[in-house]
Amino acid sequence: MDFATALQILDSTVRLATPLLLACLAGLFSERAGIFDIGLEGKMLASAFFSAAVAAVTGSVWLGLGAGIAASLVMAAIHGAASISFRGNQLISGVAINFLAAGLTVVIAQTWFSQGGRTPSLIGAARFEPITLPLAETLHPVPILGPIYHELISGHTLPVYLAFALVPLSWWVLNRTRFGLRLRAVGENPEALDTAGVSVAATRYAAVAICGVLCGIAGAYLATALQAGFVKDMTAGRGFIALAALIFAKWRPWQAMGATLLFGFLQAIALRYQNIDLGGVVLPVQVMDALPYVLTVVILAGFVGRAIPPRAGGAPYMKER
Amino acid sequence: MAGAAGGQRVPAIELRGISKAFGPVQANRDISLTVMPGTIHGIVGENGAGKSTLMSILYGFYKADAGEIRIAGRPTQIPDSQAAIRAGIGMVFQHFKLVEPFTVLENVILGVEDGRLLRPSLARAQGALKRLAEDYELHVDPDARIEDLGVGMKQRVEILKALYRQADILILDEPTGVLTPAEADHLFRILENLRSQGKTIILITHKLREIMAITDTVSVMRRGQMVATVATAQTSPGELAELMVGRKVLLHLDKKPAAPGRNVLEVENLRVTDIDGVERLRGVSLTVRAGEILGIAGVAGNGQSQLLGVLGGTLRASGTVRIEGQAIDLGARNAGQARRAAGIAHVPEDRQREGLVMEFLAWENMIFGYHHDPACQRNRALMDNVAIRAMTAERMERFDVRPPDPDLQARSFSGGNQQKIVLAREIERNPALLIVGQPTRGVDIGAIEFIHQRLIALRDAGAAILLVSVELDEILSLSDRIAVMFDGRIMGERRPEETDEKDLGLMMAGVRGKAA
Repeated sequence: MDFATALQILDSTVRLATPLLLACLAGLFSERAGIFDIGLEGKMLASAFFSAAVAAVTGSVWLGLGAGIAASLVMAAIHGAASISFRGNQLISGVAINFLAAGLTVVIAQTWFSQGGRTPSLIGAARFEPITLPLAETLHPVPILGPIYHELISGHTLPVYLAFALVPLSWWVLNRTRFGLRLRAVGENPEALDTAGVSVAATRYAAVAICGVLCGIAGAYLATALQAGFVKDMTAGRGFIALAALIFAKWRPWQAMGATLLFGFLQAIALRYQNIDLGGVVLPVQVMDALPYVLTVVILAGFVGRAIPPRAGGAPYMKER
Repeated sequence: MAGAAGGQRVPAIELRGISKAFGPVQANRDISLTVMPGTIHGIVGENGAGKSTLMSILYGFYKADAGEIRIAGRPTQIPDSQAAIRAGIGMVFQHFKLVEPFTVLENVILGVEDGRLLRPSLARAQGALKRLAEDYELHVDPDARIEDLGVGMKQRVEILKALYRQADILILDEPTGVLTPAEADHLFRILENLRSQGKTIILITHKLREIMAITDTVSVMRRGQMVATVATAQTSPGELAELMVGRKVLLHLDKKPAAPGRNVLEVENLRVTDIDGVERLRGVSLTVRAGEILGIAGVAGNGQSQLLGVLGGTLRASGTVRIEGQAIDLGARNAGQARRAAGIAHVPEDRQREGLVMEFLAWENMIFGYHHDPACQRNRALMDNVAIRAMTAERMERFDVRPPDPDLQARSFSGGNQQKIVLAREIERNPALLIVGQPTRGVDIGAIEFIHQRLIALRDAGAAILLVSVELDEILSLSDRIAVMFDGRIMGERRPEETDEKDLGLMMAGVRGKAA
């Protein structure tokens, strides 16, 4: 493999890791506050559709992004109401959201656009354009570093930079602010927060809302940057891979970046090498495509050592008696 | 008392006619209580007497149906914890409300941070904690993680939390239940310190000795009502116990000297390593003979639970365990069943998790572990529910389970009656060895008396009993021999007549006393 190929694979790793990273951070905020969320997938899907639909109709990717975030927030509000106010089962609520999104998006897409459950292809200002960073062209001839800067660092769309900037920001919010302290406390022991006179419900709703916004950005990125429009089930299990990455990362932002880059890398490899010839035996494309999912199962089966989830995770908060 | 001469002093807390019902249950009925500032006021009562409900109302967890709260003379509404904190009330709960992975400082500032960023709050709290530590003997490492602290330290953090929030009134709910005698003494010194600085303290406990030792005034609750408030100097433990239960109670157990026979249980070099790789039992050896009670004293978490687990068959271990000379396979799969077949009966420490299925009915709970018994079977496929129900009803009668209804869920019995169901199930098998953990945790005084008498009766009938308890009073009054566990080892053995709380307390803290 030559240098240029390696760069291309890494470049595509970054692009493919972005929606995973956004969803993973979304799940991180929700789960550190004690609300398990397997509805990341559904929220991303809802956002992917509405962002693509609004972008297609208005021609503005920004309006599309707004619509995507709004759709994801609506889903998050349903999950929040079910699991915080009504003390329902968070897994069931998450499953319901995934089904709701999978069904609704296709039905509405067919009604609005009559293109077999797709949105029209997005062109021009309806998509996020790659951003060329300053001096990228000038520095290109510099050996090694020039191409790395030009290919790998420069030339991504806005959500990519946003996703990676959110990693240190999330760490800072969680560990250095009052809001972060309370959010972590409510995920570990909501009683401690309640007896300290802080609203458990308000803190959890805030966390769920952040989760909604981040899933919204992830979904919009899928439909308006990575691809050019919405197709049925386009999230393709990314919400679940993000969940696996979250466990792999032990609910920490920097580790979440590492984990999602690993999954992105596997997806990039699968995209690049459709069939791998191992001297006689040819690995079919399906094997490569399945790799990220196989790794997900391996990780979820607990091969990564003990991952201790937030102690109050998954449990609705009720005062004693 | 200073200031008493200046005429009428304003009470720190005055409750008037507080009532609270949960559905059909009247938890508090027309309660009036006056607590004077700068005093330690004890509140005693059996479980379910309404002490905790009353304090929860005071701390804003529940809203009273009727009544008035006055703090320092002013009528005060306490709709939530925040209002309680503003009114200067701090609460140290029996189950600590701490965030385990957080540091002491983070726990202290939680909810009263100075601003959006943590750094200034943490710095200020660091200084404040230092001052409080010096003023009140409340030394805790501010950067330690809660999960690394012992229970005594955690409790200090709770007190620090309250003081950091400028509490003038401190409510402590059963504060000594989890402490060693030395830690409890330290706590009392802290409380006396706080009192001398003018703080008001409400101490909720069921340990009459503590009430007598430290309080100025004591109020007794029974069945949701305040039945008496007396000056501590003018009462006695016997009188208080009578007020709590509503009848005469034997505080001291009468028992004959033991007549120990052959060795029933022989344990040699028992070792258990937990999932984190920590060695919980580090070579425990002991014997229990027929007709005697061996009491295992120790602070919770020093390997007693693991010892019970191995003997009961829920944990695997290395070493040897022999029952009546027969070695037991410590790695067996159907361990619990094999243990029962060998004649071990087990009353687990945590009856609600290990002793009963709370959603199941009393008669279903009465046969757990013994459901393969021929007496429970109608034929090869079906159980004889009629016979089991009848047997349960009869046992409930004999063990004074109230109400004696086999068709009630285990959940709907009180703690003492749940324990009686478990005891009935295990004792009625006439086991060679009964292992019993915390037999009276969360059990009322009246039921404690009954359970203790049953254990003594079983001993007198020739059974060997291994008793694990964190209550030293219980260990001292029931045991014929006492072994103290610390950090997975037996620190030493004593006869109850040749030891006292202080001696045992030292061993419980890991100090090896005079050679055993």
